[in-house]
Amino acid sequence: MEITVRGFWTMIHGMGFGALYLMACSGALVELFLHYRKPLGPEILIENEKFLGIYLTVMTALAWLTVLTGAYIIYPWYRATPPPGAASLATFPQRLLMSSPSTIAWHSIGMEWKEHVAWLVPISITMATAVFLRYRRNLTQQPELRAAVLGFMGISLLAAGIAGFFGAMLNKNAPVQGGTTIHIVRGEQP
Amino acid sequence: MSDRVSSDQAISPNARPMTNGAGAAAVLAAGIGSFLVAVFAILADQIASIKSLMNFYKPTGPLSGVTTCAIVAWLVAWALLHRRWNWRNVAAGRITAAAFVLLFLALLLTFPPIADLF
Repeated sequence: MEITVRGFWTMIHGMGFGALYLMACSGALVELFLHYRKPLGPEILIENEKFLGIYLTVMTALAWLTVLTGAYIIYPWYRATPPPGAASLATFPQRLLMSSPSTIAWHSIGMEWKEHVAWLVPISITMATAVFLRYRRNLTQQPELRAAVLGFMGISLLAAGIAGFFGAMLNKNAPVQGGTTIHIVRGEQP
Repeated sequence: MSDRVSSDQAISPNARPMTNGAGAAAVLAAGIGSFLVAVFAILADQIASIKSLMNFYKPTGPLSGVTTCAIVAWLVAWALLHRRWNWRNVAAGRITAAAFVLLFLALLLTFPPIADLF
């Protein structure tokens, strides 16, 4: 069992940071909704409030790590230009997708949307975390800010879902691969 | 003894009253930052000179400049609004509505078939 360095980083970006954000965001939305819905739910316990603050801070870090690894580690490999007369486009995902009418839209719509919409996620969750940490239980007295926190987190979940879906489909159609091979486990001979 | 603390107890007697200005500043700035991601992306896509200017980090291409400019503008907007509204009560309903409009526009304008209309 082995994986290339590029494949490893793509996995860290998508499954390590991105998918974890999606799961964490779903949980945080449910937790916040239960406390901040109308009529207001039970007040948050001190321990839970501290935990939720840490939870949202970790989510914010995950969102930033996802977009930064995506834009500055994986995207350069994705958009690399093949040398003239390259025999294979296997390690040039963007060019591979653009080489066929049946896959070009994965780049022209999928990647083009993903690379920009993903940045709404860290902006939204940073705001939601900052507002929560500032107001904590007093957020119950600020209905507009409460709505903004829940709404922006909802949109961040949607944007992360769009980016995650296209990321998975792009990697299925033209995987980012190459670089040094990492041997994970050596299998037994059949 | 209950470990719940009422809203009144959460505020120190010496503290200033909790206002909505700081929160509203964060919300509106997030809307502005999100909207600017879309605006800068469209500008870089449509205007060759801006595309070239946005090429901050060559391996990533114009995306590096688009997102860096939007993030810097977002943080500057946040700092300015925070300085102006901190410890003030503002019309949070209208500000939140404006932020949602900007966020919704950002979501639409980053969608390539809509962005390509410009």
